[in-house]
Amino acid sequence: MSQVEMSGAELPAPALRKPNPLWTLGLVRSELGTTFRRWRTRALLAVLAAVPILIGIAVKSETGGGTGGGGHGGDAGPAFIAQVTNNGLFLVFTALAATLPFFLPMAIGVIAGDAIAGEANSGTLRYLLVAPAGRTRLLFAKYTTTMVFCLVATLVVALSALAVGALLFPLGDLTTISGTRISFADGLVRALLIALVVAASLVGVAALGLFVSTLTNSGIAAMATTVGLVITVQILDQIPQLHALQPYLFSHYWLSFADLMREPVYWNDLLRNLGLQALYAAAFGSAAWARFTTKDITA
Amino acid sequence: MEERSVAEAETEAKAETGAGAGPDVVAGDQGGPVAPGDLGDPSAPVIATRSLTKRYRGGQLAVDGLDLTVPAGSIFGFLGPNGSGKTTTIRMLMGLIEPTSGTARVLGQPMPRSSRAVLPHVGALIEGPALYGFLSGRDNLLRYDAADPTADPRTRRTRVETALDRVGLSAAAGKKARAYSLGMKQRLGLAAALLQPRKLLVLDEPTNGLDPQGMREIRTLVRELASDGTTVFLSSHLLDEIEQVCTHAAVMAQGRLITQGAVADLAAGARGRLVVRTPDTADAARVLKEQGVADVVVEEERVTGEPPEGELADLNAALVVARVRVRGFGVERASLEDAFVALTGEGFDVAG
Repeated sequence: MSQVEMSGAELPAPALRKPNPLWTLGLVRSELGTTFRRWRTRALLAVLAAVPILIGIAVKSETGGGTGGGGHGGDAGPAFIAQVTNNGLFLVFTALAATLPFFLPMAIGVIAGDAIAGEANSGTLRYLLVAPAGRTRLLFAKYTTTMVFCLVATLVVALSALAVGALLFPLGDLTTISGTRISFADGLVRALLIALVVAASLVGVAALGLFVSTLTNSGIAAMATTVGLVITVQILDQIPQLHALQPYLFSHYWLSFADLMREPVYWNDLLRNLGLQALYAAAFGSAAWARFTTKDITA
Repeated sequence: MEERSVAEAETEAKAETGAGAGPDVVAGDQGGPVAPGDLGDPSAPVIATRSLTKRYRGGQLAVDGLDLTVPAGSIFGFLGPNGSGKTTTIRMLMGLIEPTSGTARVLGQPMPRSSRAVLPHVGALIEGPALYGFLSGRDNLLRYDAADPTADPRTRRTRVETALDRVGLSAAAGKKARAYSLGMKQRLGLAAALLQPRKLLVLDEPTNGLDPQGMREIRTLVRELASDGTTVFLSSHLLDEIEQVCTHAAVMAQGRLITQGAVADLAAGARGRLVVRTPDTADAARVLKEQGVADVVVEEERVTGEPPEGELADLNAALVVARVRVRGFGVERASLEDAFVALTGEGFDVAG
């Protein structure tokens, strides 16, 4: 019976062209496929996967020299790195702490910056728009894809770190920052949560990059600007005189993900981080929309 | 009350169309998002602009008060030198650029406001093809088709294959687009415009980069599509191309529309020239002047002039009587190029 209905529905479809609302999602799928089939995307993911391998090998080769490798600052990265030799799971936290300031946002900056400007640069933007993709729909597909990339990039780092950690170091129960012991399974859950929080921390950069991408017809310029902004903001976040400004910089609460390793979890900065990311996404998302829907497409 | 208003609407509709148009037609006419070509009168212009103007930031006037009318079912040639505003016009028609002032209607709907309803019925090739070099030709088409929210994903693959076949690219469909020659890219661009049955095809310089064989194929394809009822809007800077395939044409120069109409009428506007082939050019020129032929020009083995009113055979007889050895005698039909030169007083390759 469903067969009959199917063929009945199919026959008049080409003539009437009554579009199914679900077809609109085809663009998101096409966008995902196109992005992840690019060599550039794969190269970025390969670099991200290599970072935990390098850290793992470095820590392993240093192990003979005793403990206490990290005496830089008081922040999370080194604190975790000291524990990697005891438990491979800590390599996940170390790798995320190491890639979050630069590698991850740079990768996001490349993908987001190229999103609209790259299409304009190659001229494919005009053909997508006369297809007609619809400007809001196209922007939505681009932002969705960038966010999926945030998640994939973070998971690539986390999974690569987990694999390297399991290969090079012992696994087992672990000690939280607060000093309590939790089981390995609980530790894995927290690692996944941390990966999700790290991915969400990149949402602001993604929106910023997308906005920059609507401003120019040069993909390279948009990528460079976004990555430049990421670096500038991180530098501003280190200058003590700018203390009043710092809570509004998108990177300010990034390392708060370490608070998920406290017992009980310290939520204050985590929530501030997520709120700040949502604010950036809303502000720059709207700006990108306002710009892109009124722009003359001359490329 | 309500009954009366329906009746009024019906009489209005009858008065307008002069036929027994029911209330359905009236309702269809007012319903915005319905497929545009399905409603209304099939002889209505496919493209109609009124004082369409685009001034870019910086003050450059690219298109200046354009009143363009493209009749349904025509192959419409849009002529003009590079930089005359053709592409800006096309971009405004396709909703890519917002006009500074004036209006544009495509398939009866205002642009760019109705882009979503209009553009699925329009196939376009704008300023050359643009492709994803890292995707195969086939995957490029799949992507462009996915961008159209009215395209049925269940028929996507078949439609892509049909389009590839139609432009002769089936064999190269699996190759990466960056390995394509310019001609192949142009064909792929055309295939993208043919992914769906279209009511209007907008082709901006479709034969650019093609060899003579490819050009002929494209012309044949254009004629074929037009015979199926698709209106083709073809921009070109090649006069003979327009002359060979187009039924109607418009000429632009420096952002202004110089003329538009049926190609035959445009060419007729410029008069032909009388041509006499003879070795006795001096005698021939003298006789022609005596017979009242104006603007006599002597060339090698050939004398030309403006044909006089009246019987041309008498002119030939006069030449023969004067013992001029006439080897050829006739009127050369004016070409569109002559028409263009007559209109603009300048050569065609001059950029605005």
